[in-house]
Amino acid sequence: MTDSLLSVQNLQKHFPITKGMLKRQVGAVKAVDGVSFDVVKGETLGLVGESGCGKTTTGRLITRLIEPTGGKIVFDGHDITHMSQGRIRPLRRDIQMIFQDPYSSLNPRHTVGAIVGAPFRIQGVQTEQGTKKAVQEILELVGLNPEHYNRYPHEFSGGQRQRIGIARTLALKPKLIIADEPVSALDVSIQAQVVNLLEDLQNELDLTYVVIAHDLSVVRHISDRVAVMYLGKIVELADRKSLYESPMHPYTNALLSAVPIPDPKRRKDRERIRLQGDVPSPLNPPPACRFHTRCWKAQEICSQVEPPLLALATGHQVACHFPENAPASGDVAVTGAGAVTAEGALQAGGAGDAAPGEGPAGKGTASAS
Amino acid sequence: MTFLELKDLRIHFPTDDGLVKSVDGLSFSLERGKTLGIVGESGSGKSVTSLGILGLHKGGRARISGEIWLDGEELVSASAEHVRTLRGKKMAMIFQDPLSAMHPFYTVGAQIIEAYRIHHKVSKSVARKHAIEMLDRVGIPQPDRRVDSYPHEFSGGMRQRAMIAMALSCDPELLIADEPTTALDVTVQAQILDLMRDLQRDFNAALIIITHDLGVVAELSDDILVMYAGKAIEYGTSEDIFERPEHPYTWGLLGSMPRLDRERTERLMPIKGTPPSLINVPQGCAFHPRCTYGDRTGGKSTTEVPTLLESEGGHLVRCHLSGDVRRSIWENEIKPNLEAP
Ligand SMILES: Nc1ncnc2c1ncn2[C@@H]1O[C@H](COP(=O)(O)OP(=O)(O)OP(=O)(O)O)[C@@H](O)[C@H]1O
Ligand SMILES: Nc1ncnc2c1ncn2[C@@H]1O[C@H](COP(=O)(O)OP(=O)(O)O)[C@@H](O)[C@H]1O
Ligand code: SF4
Ligand code: SF4
Ligand SMILES: [Mg+2]
Ligand SMILES: [Mg+2]
Repeated sequence: MTDSLLSVQNLQKHFPITKGMLKRQVGAVKAVDGVSFDVVKGETLGLVGESGCGKTTTGRLITRLIEPTGGKIVFDGHDITHMSQGRIRPLRRDIQMIFQDPYSSLNPRHTVGAIVGAPFRIQGVQTEQGTKKAVQEILELVGLNPEHYNRYPHEFSGGQRQRIGIARTLALKPKLIIADEPVSALDVSIQAQVVNLLEDLQNELDLTYVVIAHDLSVVRHISDRVAVMYLGKIVELADRKSLYESPMHPYTNALLSAVPIPDPKRRKDRERIRLQGDVPSPLNPPPACRFHTRCWKAQEICSQVEPPLLALATGHQVACHFPENAPASGDVAVTGAGAVTAEGALQAGGAGDAAPGEGPAGKGTASAS
Repeated sequence: MTFLELKDLRIHFPTDDGLVKSVDGLSFSLERGKTLGIVGESGSGKSVTSLGILGLHKGGRARISGEIWLDGEELVSASAEHVRTLRGKKMAMIFQDPLSAMHPFYTVGAQIIEAYRIHHKVSKSVARKHAIEMLDRVGIPQPDRRVDSYPHEFSGGMRQRAMIAMALSCDPELLIADEPTTALDVTVQAQILDLMRDLQRDFNAALIIITHDLGVVAELSDDILVMYAGKAIEYGTSEDIFERPEHPYTWGLLGSMPRLDRERTERLMPIKGTPPSLINVPQGCAFHPRCTYGDRTGGKSTTEVPTLLESEGGHLVRCHLSGDVRRSIWENEIKPNLEAP
């Protein structure tokens, strides 16, 4: 793709597990294990999945906070995978991360002015007067009072602190922002304020986002495309509409079906997919399809052959031998190797506003079969 | 018959900064076999309420007034000693963070056994058998082996199950679950909610579920109480709250929340501002600095504390706007915006 701002190819991060005084390596946590995706300029890619599936690690790899074990990261045409600190510096400002915890990511001893203004000072920008003006403009942009310039982080609420974090990030004038659970520590009413702010800033400043979150409703609201991760791998990647209306991977179906629906009238007639047990340890992930230990559709092949991530419809990739909602057209050789695509074959029966788990995919339970 | 009834419960904490009015005149009632959901943002007084019902503020610096009637007995005036004997058997609690409620140095089984033997004069081996049955009941695999595990050897979901097993080991008649699934992933949350639903049906307990997640309350509750700054601001059946909400704060909560069961709306409708500090609760209606409708009450919103009054069919609302005005705002200004065109 020519217009992608970020391209991640087969990215891997294995954390070594060591034992004893000699730090002998006894294994590895395959936190990210072959992840590929592109992010187009101006879009928002959502990254969802259960705790520990590798979302934050992916974000930290892209921002080069940690070194990848393998794979490639291309940003704005530059291969930054192993770029040295010196060479990456000019690009570093372009990719910024917003963190989950608005409490611990701000230095408590620095004023808001110092925190948000640091990037200007580092770049030797302008006079002190000029910096103050620039900072106050950014504070206003994120909905904070410019008079808060001399206050300290502890004087602010959680939502305001998240805004300070966002202001600091914007001061660097980044092109790409990786937001790791930007709203999950906030109260419901404040979450909505911050979600709206992120959307407004994207429009005004032409930003590109990767938003990491475990809340599937928030991700649907904010994303153009969504990638679902399970144990270090992407199992499904599609535009928002296809993913939420005709999810193909059994895991995506299970996730959507598990979201509690705020409608007491519907709780009785809702068909649910219930997964058994917890996510297996990434130290010893199940072989082949990593989801097979919890999947109600699993067959013998699932524990023997790893299903590749294939495009089964335009812009809809899925890694599964027996996908749900797969387009009926042609004989898509799902288990074959290589890139089999079913161009143009759109999702079958995307049932309008069907609630998750109620559509054609909502049959069957994890305990069946 | 009403099994649990709170009448004008107040729990205030004197602190160096002033008096924290964590719970400030709370009343509700609950029958056996029914579920009450308490919703509110952090700091609204939900946990202080639940600890208050269990008598866990007794002997501390909290100033408690009002009445808590449990199965015909008043608990605010009862001795700490007496209320302690009711914990476990009569009422029990599931906490948000299972690690804080379980002792790290004892096995899960030992803790369930101890809880059981406080109220049942049985031998250790009988109690152990009961513990294994309970672990099995809450869906812990291989319970006869897992009974000897330590809490840290369990995953988050398993710990939450083990705590439920512990809370249920003496068949409590009242079970309070304070944010029981907040720390869990959705798939595990769904398992735990199913489990609570089943257990309540089997044991016919009265259940209070406390959470900030409207989806979770909608899944379980018969009645819902919405709390703001230590007070109930709206209280009714689940249908009242989700289909005919009448309080501006409840509207704000509904507008803040993206929903998977509806077409995606272009924009969320947040509540402006932030929840108040409970030391300096705003004059008049505590919600007024954040409310868009306060200017339609002829100045009352900033000067007079509204009372919780019945609107229609037992649905209670604390707001100076008249019932007709509220219903018309909901129908014409709020509801259409919550649904995508
Ligand atoms: N420095 C590290 N050393 C060893 N293992 C690590 C390290 N960092 C992360 N991991 C492991 O890698 C896996 C992925 O972690 P990651 O933080 O990316 O998950 P996540 O998807 O962000 O989860 P959450 O939703 O809980 O934030 C986990 O099993 C985690 O324990
Ligand atoms: N022991 C205490 N001393 C003083 N203030 C307290 C104490 N416990 C709770 N509070 C305050 O009471 C308010 C309500 O707390 P809580 O019930 O825990 O809220 P939540 O609704 O999030 O569960 C908060 O402002 C909290 O800081
Ligand atoms: S490949 Fe098999 S086990 Fe994996 S998700 Fe598909 S059906 Fe389930
Ligand atoms: S009393 Fe006034 S400020 Fe309070 S909720 Fe009603 S309209 Fe809003
Ligand atoms: Mg994370
Ligand atoms: Mg609480």
